[in-house]
Amino acid sequence: MFSEELEKISWDETTERINAKTDADVRRALAKEHCDVEDFMALVSPAAAPYLEIMARLSRKYTEERFGKTISMFIPLYLTNSCTNSCVYCGFHISNPMRRTILTEEEIVNEYKAIKKLAPFENLLMVTGENPAKAGVPYLARALDLAKPYFSNLKIEVMPLKAEEYAELKGHGMNGVICFQETYNKAHYNIYHPRGMKSKFEWRLNGFDRMGQAGVHSIGMGVLIGLEKEWRTDVTMMAYHLRYLQKHYWRTKYSVNFPRMRPSENGGFQPNVVMSDRELAQVTFAMRIFDHDVDISYSTRESAAFRDHMATLGVTTMSAESKTEPGGYFTYPQALEQFHVSDERTAAEVEAALRRVGREPVWKDWDASFDLKSYA
Amino acid sequence: MKVWVNNKEVETAAVSLASLVEDLSLPAQGIAVAVENRMVPRTQWADYALSEGMRVVVVKAACGG
Amino acid sequence: MEKLVIAGREFSSRLFLGTGKFDSNALMAKAIEASGTEMVTVAMKRVELEDKEDDLLTHVVRPGIQLLPNTSGVRNAEEAVFAAQMAREAFGTNWLKLEIHPDPRYLLPDSTETLKATEELVKLGFVVLPYCQADPTLCKHLEEAGAATVMPLGAPIGTNKGLQTRDFLRIIIEQANVPVVVDAGIGAPSHAAEAMEMGASACLVNTAIAVAGDPVAMAAAFKQAVEAGRTAYEAGLGLQAENMVAEASSPLTAFLNE
Repeated sequence: MFSEELEKISWDETTERINAKTDADVRRALAKEHCDVEDFMALVSPAAAPYLEIMARLSRKYTEERFGKTISMFIPLYLTNSCTNSCVYCGFHISNPMRRTILTEEEIVNEYKAIKKLAPFENLLMVTGENPAKAGVPYLARALDLAKPYFSNLKIEVMPLKAEEYAELKGHGMNGVICFQETYNKAHYNIYHPRGMKSKFEWRLNGFDRMGQAGVHSIGMGVLIGLEKEWRTDVTMMAYHLRYLQKHYWRTKYSVNFPRMRPSENGGFQPNVVMSDRELAQVTFAMRIFDHDVDISYSTRESAAFRDHMATLGVTTMSAESKTEPGGYFTYPQALEQFHVSDERTAAEVEAALRRVGREPVWKDWDASFDLKSYA
Repeated sequence: MKVWVNNKEVETAAVSLASLVEDLSLPAQGIAVAVENRMVPRTQWADYALSEGMRVVVVKAACGG
Repeated sequence: MEKLVIAGREFSSRLFLGTGKFDSNALMAKAIEASGTEMVTVAMKRVELEDKEDDLLTHVVRPGIQLLPNTSGVRNAEEAVFAAQMAREAFGTNWLKLEIHPDPRYLLPDSTETLKATEELVKLGFVVLPYCQADPTLCKHLEEAGAATVMPLGAPIGTNKGLQTRDFLRIIIEQANVPVVVDAGIGAPSHAAEAMEMGASACLVNTAIAVAGDPVAMAAAFKQAVEAGRTAYEAGLGLQAENMVAEASSPLTAFLNE
């Protein structure tokens, strides 16, 4: 389990190592075709800032070699904002006096139909808060079953589950799981996640091992930028985690996300650090140079202009026209969203913009054609 | 009695594997013995009775990479 | 240089030696000493009853040297299990270099039989070091079957052609949770150094030393090459590629200045 590995990696020492990286360390990392985590640290360090253009060029080169000039498109659907956790930065915080919704089966199908009218989306990400009693595994299984006629690739972003629960959902057509660790700083984790199941650091961290053990095809990871001032350390820990998972669950495909909080998001919680576009670009390039094959995903949290540029420099997966409230596509278009969307363009507009920068939006890039178990 | 040792017919007075090994002046260490393609641990050699026409294989170290 | 650990045993030397093709056992013993190796492979053969040749083991068995019997000569998993049991009995060690090559021309390892044999031998308590194709997927299967290392080939055995499989070796090294020993094809100390620079855990060398003009001197050369390559790997290699070509303007990242 990765929690045992993480115990061996000191947060403070890693931070010091990153800050001690020199120009020579960066140049050495850039010259390698295959970087290790130590090189990744150099690439995200302040010492790499003058090399941003070279990093961009390499990132584009490796991305095109592996992915061609394509962007895989997906859309999230929030099934519920009901949540028993009290994450201090989240709009679905249990104490937030908002109207809670758990979509009914009829509402879910209406949302699917509404999404299909926006664009030919085939990659659907189903999102919930954590409410296992009312929106647990049986609820998700039902939502997956209902989605089959509409989408070929179903992913979930929900609370960490048991390995057997992941396996069960696979049987209902679930192809991927996205879960953000939010931060790898164990000492601070409970400041942000004080109560509820999400306060259990190891349970969340080792959830990725359980996904791997269950044979989940695709695993998405993420660090929430804005929690830890030392975000370079946090993304380095994720790089360690990625390498660990690739070694142990080598049949699985991985994706990474760097969601960043902006000031005044949700009014209440103010991020401890604000990452600039330049810094997010650096981290994105560093990740691509570190791993040529990992999917790098940008959501509509990022602005239209920034996404259009980054689409040619390392990003391989994007959402479009996302609503981050349950029922946002049809049933409850005005409810409170989990986070504010920056890129408010329609999917058609995003598609046109991607084509203008020479990228082909791919709506369908996965199907269970030969997965015998998916018909069981 | 006659037994086969490494595909060669051998006339021996030995009655057990242990006495056969001794009879053939084989080293006690660094060899392994199989009867009818089954390895016989040295701890069982003394009790392992020979029988007419039995096929015995004895191997030892050789050069190799 | 970090110590190499295989199945809980520590090795200071990352050079493994084969004992084939030497002119004499005495020369071989000197080469073993000069190489500083702590792991030496031996094969098995049927005893010739008349022939009272000198015992190979007296030239190989030394304190600090792990004997690694191989299964050379077997053609499938069933024969390999039989050979392994004979080796354990003869040499008193459960360590085993598993090699299954049904083809007598190139001695290429049989992947399906090797995987099958690894699974069985691990259950029987052997420390299995399988010689295998430089196939990353196969190496993951071998690892999952409980192999103590994987030993992918650098080139067809005995060819001295170096790391013809380098792109695959690199993937194997990156993915492995067990030590990766490059076996077969290493023909010169520079090949061994290259393997070690890539992050291989050890090299197994035989022909290149045994058939050298001066095998003892060549054994010493390989010792240095393996140490140099490993030390370089641990030190972190410097500039290698042309990725650094600078450009006056910043066409790709200018938007970040807006």
